[in-house]
Amino acid sequence: MTDAPRSVFPHRHLLGIEGLSPLDIQALLDLADEQVEVSRQVEKRKTTLRGRTQINLFFEASTRTQSSFEIAGKRLGADVMNMQVGSSSVKKGETLIDTAVTLNAMRPDIIVVRHHAAGAVHLLAQKVDCSVVNAGDGAHEHPTQALLDALTIRRNKGRIEGLTVAICGDILHSRVARSNMILLAAMGARVRLVAPSTLIPPGIARLGFETFTSMKEGLKDADIVMMLRLQRERMNGSFVPSVKEYFRFYGLDQEKLSFAKPDALVMHPGPMNRGVEISSDVADGAQSLIREQVEMGVAVRMAVLEALASHLPNR
Amino acid sequence: MSNQPILFKNARLIDPTSDREERGSVLVRDGVIQAIGPQVPVAEDTQVIDCGGQVLAPGLIDMRAFIGEPGGPYRETLKSAGEAAAAGGVTTVVSMPDTSPALDDPAVIDFIVRRARDTSMVNIRPAAALTKGLQGAEMAEIGRLKEAGAIAFTDGARPVTNAQVMRRALTYARDFDALIIHHVEDPDLVGQGVMNEGEFASRLGLPGIPREAETVMLERDIRLVRLTGGRYHAAMISCADSAEIVRAAKGKGLPVTCGVSINHLALNENDIGDYRTFLKLSPPLRHEDDRQAVIEALADGTIDVIVSDHNPQDVENKRLPFAEAADGAVGLETLLSAALRLVHSDRISLPRLLRALSTKPAEILGLPGGRLAVGAPADLIVFDPDAPYVLDKRHLKSLSKNTPFDEARLEGQVTITMVAGRVVFQRETM
Repeated sequence: MTDAPRSVFPHRHLLGIEGLSPLDIQALLDLADEQVEVSRQVEKRKTTLRGRTQINLFFEASTRTQSSFEIAGKRLGADVMNMQVGSSSVKKGETLIDTAVTLNAMRPDIIVVRHHAAGAVHLLAQKVDCSVVNAGDGAHEHPTQALLDALTIRRNKGRIEGLTVAICGDILHSRVARSNMILLAAMGARVRLVAPSTLIPPGIARLGFETFTSMKEGLKDADIVMMLRLQRERMNGSFVPSVKEYFRFYGLDQEKLSFAKPDALVMHPGPMNRGVEISSDVADGAQSLIREQVEMGVAVRMAVLEALASHLPNR
Repeated sequence: MSNQPILFKNARLIDPTSDREERGSVLVRDGVIQAIGPQVPVAEDTQVIDCGGQVLAPGLIDMRAFIGEPGGPYRETLKSAGEAAAAGGVTTVVSMPDTSPALDDPAVIDFIVRRARDTSMVNIRPAAALTKGLQGAEMAEIGRLKEAGAIAFTDGARPVTNAQVMRRALTYARDFDALIIHHVEDPDLVGQGVMNEGEFASRLGLPGIPREAETVMLERDIRLVRLTGGRYHAAMISCADSAEIVRAAKGKGLPVTCGVSINHLALNENDIGDYRTFLKLSPPLRHEDDRQAVIEALADGTIDVIVSDHNPQDVENKRLPFAEAADGAVGLETLLSAALRLVHSDRISLPRLLRALSTKPAEILGLPGGRLAVGAPADLIVFDPDAPYVLDKRHLKSLSKNTPFDEARLEGQVTITMVAGRVVFQRETM
């Protein structure tokens, strides 16, 4: 296996699924398939990013996404630095742009950014010379999550096209849902959104997505049931009356899962609220792909970093 | 529910769904209407009740009554409310959630449903709290409460002032096809007010409540209904401007309905007279022009239903200076008699009046009653629309006697009330 980047990925940054062509997505998934094999070997180290500096800049706490990007960068040979925003100058009032300019002066090759504000990663990308990967911006996009979900689906179902995917739960606040909706629709899946109306983004039906407020109807004949996390502050009467009520009507348990196809598969981007949006027996059951999603996360992030390698600065 | 068939004969049958009146009989068995017509064949064991030409109509459905159980059994219990309702011809009562504890928990709704079944002679259908603890901040468990038997969602006598909370509740309720009933009064505009703002309040030296306290809230709600598509019912409107607002909303096809209390149809602010606290109400009694306008709106269908707004208050809460007295009046027993004043003064036909007292509430609440038809539940009343009497509050069945009609001359009295095929009230004079 050669470690030289072969991809002709045409983008310098990965800011969202929006803007990627089906071919781009296909290429990333193919590349990710190879990374799965690499990650399963004893020798996991490649040299694609040898000598390169990758900064993980997380303005929002994240264990799984940050460590996934860190492992991916290290397996490709990059020097990875995690910037703890909590202890940085951001806390001292530095603006996002000043932070970007400061980091840029240190000549990194890749910055992986998570930020609580939609559009913040785009803003930062305009101010730096290196490649930027969006690791989640507000309720906007989380492209590597959608790619890892797509990879997981493709490896288990053999295809994405023609599948019925029900995305269920807090769609309103979910960047995972947005990226997945765009990707899955681009790849020819039928995407359904299932949630109480308070958690469905206004006007979304006009974008061509079927919406359901009943799990029974929404899950009927679904191949994939993708659950979303419901934040605690939204389940106490603001968007949803209570945890009990949410679980009763929208939590995925065996009974509701039985409305989907018998071979339907269950996904969740994590971290899960057991007993809120998903029951433990479903989360840990035979139809669950939740642990596999985590493994695919590393592979997809390796693929993304490798695809961007041909565009890195300082060549 | 008895198995013995009962035949009402020699009755003036009024089916408010069709404005049709005819002489005839109604046969009841197993809790439902089996047959209707000029001649109904009957079996041997049938009990026959001769109505003597009196009106036979569907039992009244009252969408708004405050009952003190749980938490205030000295004001009213489910049992005493049931007795009062039966004597007034009300066969279904929607109870408000302003109890202690508030009806915001499925277990409490379940308790009310069971307790009412065991102790009340009429149907009592609880409306659950729209927000937790009636605090107007966090929406209640609409789905679970509906499963437990809640028929609608409302904060009772309290308005939901936070528009965001109302918006989300309307949005969420739509998924469960749940009805939201709202008391339209902006508490900030009510302020310290205790009666209708205007000349009369100024003369009495009492702080007034402007009509805008009602219209501002109503306008807001209707815009939120347009935004969300939720099913919405304004509990009571009291003035001409409100009728105009509802008329316009209905004209746009919005899922909006509204009610009026019997007090606002029968009384005006002048009846407060010498600081009579039994006429201290929320919303307040308005000017005679407003009363005329709401009667008009009732007659043309803008106002869908008439409610008793039955609100029992004990003496301690009413024997106070006007401004310090509690709001509310009892009304279950006088609802029909007071409403018949509109028929006697030729403001509305009897079938139309009964429609607002039975058919429309049934439609709005999704209940099977409110119609005189084969297969409909045998919730029926027989009444003489012309029987004159003077109300003596001591004879009221309600545990509280705060009626605004004490010593009033009324015409029209219920003689028989039947619930689910069982006679639960029969006036002795018959």
